Amino acid sequence: MTASSATLFVEVWRGRADGRFESFRVPRRANQTVLDVVTEIQREQDATLAYRFACRVGMCGSCAMVVNGRPQWTCRTRVAQVAPAGTLRIEPLRHLTVIKDLAVDMTRFFDKWRDAKGSFVPAGETDRDFAVVPPASRQRQAADAGIECIGCGVCYSACEVVGWEPDYLGPAALNRAWTLVNDVRDQARDARLDAVAGTSGCQACHTHMSCTTFCPKALAPTYAIAGLKRALVGRLLRRAL
Amino acid sequence: MSGALFIAQRASAVVLAVTAAVHLATIIYAVRGGLTAGEILARTHHNVWFLALYALFVVAVAIHAPIGLRNVVREWTIWRGRSLDAALAVFAVLLLALGLRASVAVFL
Amino acid sequence: MRAGHRQPGFVAALLHRLSGVALAIFLPLHFLALGTALRGASALDSFLAATNTPAVKAAEFAVVVALAMHMAFGLRVLAIEFLAVRERTLAAVSVSLAAALAVGLLFLLNVA
Repeated sequence: MTASSATLFVEVWRGRADGRFESFRVPRRANQTVLDVVTEIQREQDATLAYRFACRVGMCGSCAMVVNGRPQWTCRTRVAQVAPAGTLRIEPLRHLTVIKDLAVDMTRFFDKWRDAKGSFVPAGETDRDFAVVPPASRQRQAADAGIECIGCGVCYSACEVVGWEPDYLGPAALNRAWTLVNDVRDQARDARLDAVAGTSGCQACHTHMSCTTFCPKALAPTYAIAGLKRALVGRLLRRAL
Repeated sequence: MSGALFIAQRASAVVLAVTAAVHLATIIYAVRGGLTAGEILARTHHNVWFLALYALFVVAVAIHAPIGLRNVVREWTIWRGRSLDAALAVFAVLLLALGLRASVAVFL
Repeated sequence: MRAGHRQPGFVAALLHRLSGVALAIFLPLHFLALGTALRGASALDSFLAATNTPAVKAAEFAVVVALAMHMAFGLRVLAIEFLAVRERTLAAVSVSLAAALAVGLLFLLNVA
């Protein structure tokens, strides 16, 4: 089969966790993305195929799936790049309950976000004036490095530890926690550090760096998690001494 | 793992980085021309520095290895909980006892 | 095999873990062997003589590499976690692996 073969051979996951792969043939088209392929299958060949997308221009993260073993945004994945030989294997994101076909239940992903205290806690009495946070400060730079996360779940799917330790909060939730630990206006630092400590917290990360490798926004949850580890050790030592 | 276990793991790792490096260098030097008990014991016999260093090595290992194994077993097998922690505590004591015994054995 | 398994960071963590388990199994035996010195130098000597075979030397090489590898990858983890090092993962992992094998080679050259 040459690289310019006119047909793609596509295997798509159907059903739930106990489902199976179904094969389709899709014509190869110029500048095709994997999302284009999935959409064509659903519209032209099998209307019962369930999948998610929204913006289709690489901003929302809804179309994240596992393509040829790698989690990514299908709207930003060119078929020519990932399937030069013309074969595609498309699966739902890992470590999340499959609702149907390529659509997963993101509830647990966002529950862990909540459990990691991944939301800003303001001061009770709001000042009349804005908080002054120098953008070049070390803490603001640390927060800015991870703030662009849109919760697409690619890192969660990629992380092997999430598969091994079911309660592990995961890279996205921990990355978000780190951005808030570095937000000087936030009032819940101690509670947040408590939330990310322990068996299912940042200490479960083994620096595989799968999250950082696959993040479509080029964020580095590994380094955010390392920061949390340092913050916890610092706090524990300060309390002990 | 808990905060205390994590720190113990990492702190013992730093100690091991030094003692293991010394041990590797010693091994590579000592095995030249074959290894005999006489050669080993000549160096370790009544050598307080040796005993101190290797006792430290043993203590660090007795902390580091069981905590590491705990992660492996919890993540790759179905065994977890108190029974696992108890078994690993026993392993830690075993390493400590055998290791200190060995250090003393070559010191005396 | 999943793509994640081929990433250098995962390979490093896997080798780190497997070498650690190997060392944990080896250590009690090592301590017992050294403990034979309690019965006198000749007891340790006969043990050393008995283990002076190519098969045992190969096993010793494996243990030395395991220790060097576990240490190299462990230092990488400590650097990322506590020195806030941002690495080029493939380069860092390759260098660690090479260093570990170099130590093993040094052992082989000296034990032969």
